[in-house]
Amino acid sequence: MTKVVVAMSGGVDSSVAAALLQQQGYEVFGMMLRLWSEPGREASNRCCTPAAMSVARRVAGQLGIPFYAVNAQERFRNVVVQYFLDGYAGGHTPNPCLACNRQIRWEFLLERALALGADYMATGHYVRLVREAGRPLRLFEAVDAHKDQSYVLHVLDQKKLQHALFPLGDLTKPEVRQIAADLKLPAATSKESQDLCFLAGQDYRDFLQRYQPQMAEPGPILDRAGNQLGNHNGLVNFTIGQRKGLGIAAAEPLFVLGKDHMRNALIVGFADELGSRELVTGPVSWLAGFARTKPFDANVKIRYSAKKAAARVTPLPDGSVHVEFRDPMRDITPGQAAVFYVDCEVLGGGLITDKSKLSARVESKLLPSDAIPVA
Amino acid sequence: MSVSSDIIAPMTSPKRIYLDYAATTPLDPRALDAMLPYFSEEFGNPSSVHGYGQRAEAALENARQKMAKLLNTQSEEIIFTSGGTEGDNLALRGAALAAREHRGASHILISPVEHDAVAKTAAQLADQFGFTVEHLPVDEFGIVNPEEVTRRLRPDTALVSVILGNNEIGTINPISEIAATCRERGVPLHSDAVQSGAYLSLDVQKLGVDLLSIGAHKFYGPKGVGALYVRSGSPLRPTQTGGGHESGRRAGTPNVAYIVGMVTAFEIAQAELDQRISRLIDLRTRVIHGVLSRIPDSRLTGHPQARLANHASFVFKAVDGNALLMLLDDAGFACSSGSACKTGDPQPSEVLLALGLSPDWALGSLRVTLGAQTTDEDIESFLAALPPLIEKARAWEAA
Repeated sequence: MTKVVVAMSGGVDSSVAAALLQQQGYEVFGMMLRLWSEPGREASNRCCTPAAMSVARRVAGQLGIPFYAVNAQERFRNVVVQYFLDGYAGGHTPNPCLACNRQIRWEFLLERALALGADYMATGHYVRLVREAGRPLRLFEAVDAHKDQSYVLHVLDQKKLQHALFPLGDLTKPEVRQIAADLKLPAATSKESQDLCFLAGQDYRDFLQRYQPQMAEPGPILDRAGNQLGNHNGLVNFTIGQRKGLGIAAAEPLFVLGKDHMRNALIVGFADELGSRELVTGPVSWLAGFARTKPFDANVKIRYSAKKAAARVTPLPDGSVHVEFRDPMRDITPGQAAVFYVDCEVLGGGLITDKSKLSARVESKLLPSDAIPVA
Repeated sequence: MSVSSDIIAPMTSPKRIYLDYAATTPLDPRALDAMLPYFSEEFGNPSSVHGYGQRAEAALENARQKMAKLLNTQSEEIIFTSGGTEGDNLALRGAALAAREHRGASHILISPVEHDAVAKTAAQLADQFGFTVEHLPVDEFGIVNPEEVTRRLRPDTALVSVILGNNEIGTINPISEIAATCRERGVPLHSDAVQSGAYLSLDVQKLGVDLLSIGAHKFYGPKGVGALYVRSGSPLRPTQTGGGHESGRRAGTPNVAYIVGMVTAFEIAQAELDQRISRLIDLRTRVIHGVLSRIPDSRLTGHPQARLANHASFVFKAVDGNALLMLLDDAGFACSSGSACKTGDPQPSEVLLALGLSPDWALGSLRVTLGAQTTDEDIESFLAALPPLIEKARAWEAA
C-alpha cells in the first residue's frame, strides 16, 4: 500500500488533504511540526498551538490514522527565525516562510516521513503538481487563485517534488470547507492569517526590537541628495513605499524609497521617485532542475500577496537573473522572492538583492524617477 | 496530478506489540465481570438508606475489607480515590496540612525521582502554602539511602515521601528501612506504590509506611480508581470536601463498580504475583541484555536488580526519544520514554537528570514495560527491530 505522510496543522486544509488521500486508497499518517515560539507565547503560535495540535489529533482519530508530533523547535529557531533576524539586520525584508518550506517542512519533516517508510509527503497547500512519465515534475498555480501558494513553494526541487502530493490544488477553498463539513471533520477555529507563525500575534517590529535592538536606533531621514529632512525612530519601523508615519511636513507626500543601513538612514522622496522597473535576484532555484539560459517573457510575482506583473527575465552567467518589468513597480523589496510564471506554471524564483537598487541607479539616466540611492 | 492506482498494494495489518504496561494495562476480564452488575442492576448509592443503597454499601465495604486484607491492614484505613494521582495528592496535601495544624511542622522531604503527582503537589505546598521542600539525594540508580533520610529529618518535618517502584526507571526503594527511621522520629512516611501493585507484595506492616497510594489500571483494573492507605492515627486533612464519604476524608459518591473492579483485579494480581513476576523477570532480563549488547552507546537506567519485574529502561546517546517512539510505533511496537511528550516538546526528564545523566543522554530515553500478554516472540522481534531504528534516529540527530 502506498504510504503518505500528511503534514497536519489542525486546520481545515491539511485535515481535508488527509481525508482525501485516505479516500483515494493511500495508507495515511499524520505528522505535525512543533515549531519554535518565544517562551511564554506557545499558546499563540499560529501554526502549532496545543489547541491546534489537539484538533489535528482528533482529525487523525476520526480518520483512524497514526499521528505524531515532531519536534522542530531548535531547528526552526536556528534556521527560520535566524534567517528572519539576519535578513532584517542586513537591511532586507525576508520571507521566513520560504526558509521554513525549504528547510523545515520539505527537508526536516520530509526526511522523517521517508524514514517512516512513506512514499510521499502531502500538505494542504493550494498548488498543482503535474506528473508526466519521463519528464520533470511541474508545479502550477492552484485552481483557487485567492488561495494559491505556489509563491512559497518555488523553493522545492525535483527531488522533493518526487515525494510531494498536493491534494487541494484542484479545489477551491469553499469546496474544501464543504468537504470538511460533509465529513464532519473537526477544524481549528483560529482565523486565517498571513502573519508569521512565530510572532504569535505580536507586531513583527516589537519582535525585532527585542531580538535586534540596534534596528530600533533612531537615525536621520534623508532625501536622495543626502539632505537631512528629519529623524526616524528605527529603520525597523519602515517599509519601502510607506507613506505614513514619517513625521515630516512637505509640500507633497513623501514616501520611503529605501534604507541605508550603513548610515542607519531612511531615504525618502516623492511619489514619482518611488518605484523601479528592474531587479536582480540572487541564485535562482529552477523547479525543472536546470537553469534557463536564454531571456524569456514571464509574469513575475515579487511578494506573496502581489499581483503578477509582465516582465522580461534575463538569466545572468552567475546563476542569478535580471528582471525588467513592463511597468514600474513600487515595492521591489530586497529579501523577498521574485517568482517567475509562464501561464500558470511556476518556473522558479530567487531572492531580490540589493543589486536591484544599483541597477536602477545605473539606468537612472533613462528613468530618473526610478532611482533609489544605494543602501 | 495524483498517482495512478495500480501502485497501491493491498492493505496489510502488521502485528502490534504492546510494551507499555507501566503506562496502563488492559482490564482483566474477571474484573470486568465483577464490575458489570454495579452499572445498572445494583446502581444504588451506598449512602442511601433503602435496599438499593444497602446492597451498594455492602459491595463497597466488602471491597474495602478485601483491599485491607490484601494490604495486611484494617478496612477503616482504606480510602478509595479516583486513582494514583489523587492518592498522592491527598496523602501529601492532607498529611502536610494536618502536620502543620497539629504540630506546626513545615518541612517536607521527598526524593528527586518522584512521579509528578508527588513532586508537583510538594511544589505547590511550597509555593502556595509556605512549606519548605527538601530533596533527598539519590545514587546513580535512583535509590534513596535511608541514612540520608535520618540525616535530614528535622523536628518540624511534616512528611517524607519516597516512591516505591519507580515509574520511569523501575528502581525499587528500600522503603521499610526508610520507614524505620521515620517511625523513630515520629514523622509520617508516604510511598507512591502506583507502579508496584502487580509486581510487589504491598504489606503495609512490612513496608512500615503510614500512607501508601495505588492505582487500579496499573494492575489490570479499570482507570479512574485507586486507593490510599492511611495508618490509623496518622493525621490527614481532607482536601476534597463535601458529604461525609470515606469517613469524612474523601467526599464524593463512591464509584462502586470501579472499586469492585479494582479490588477483583488486585486480588488476582496479588494471588498470581509469584508466577507472574518470575516469567516477567526472565523476559525483562532478555530485553536488558539484548538491548545493551546490540546498541552501542546505550545504558540501563535504574537499578539492574532492585527493579520492578516488568520494567526495562534505557538511555541512548544522541537519540531523540520522541523520534524513536514514532519509529517504534510505526514498526508495530508501543513503548514509552521518560521525555515522552505528545506535543513534540521534549524536555529531559527531571528523574533522569537526577541520576546525573547529561541532557544529550537523558533526551534519548526508552521505557519497555512488559505484562501479561508479552511473549518470547514479542521480545525477539523487538530486539531485532530496535537497532536499525536507533541508527535511523541517530542519523536524524546528526543531520
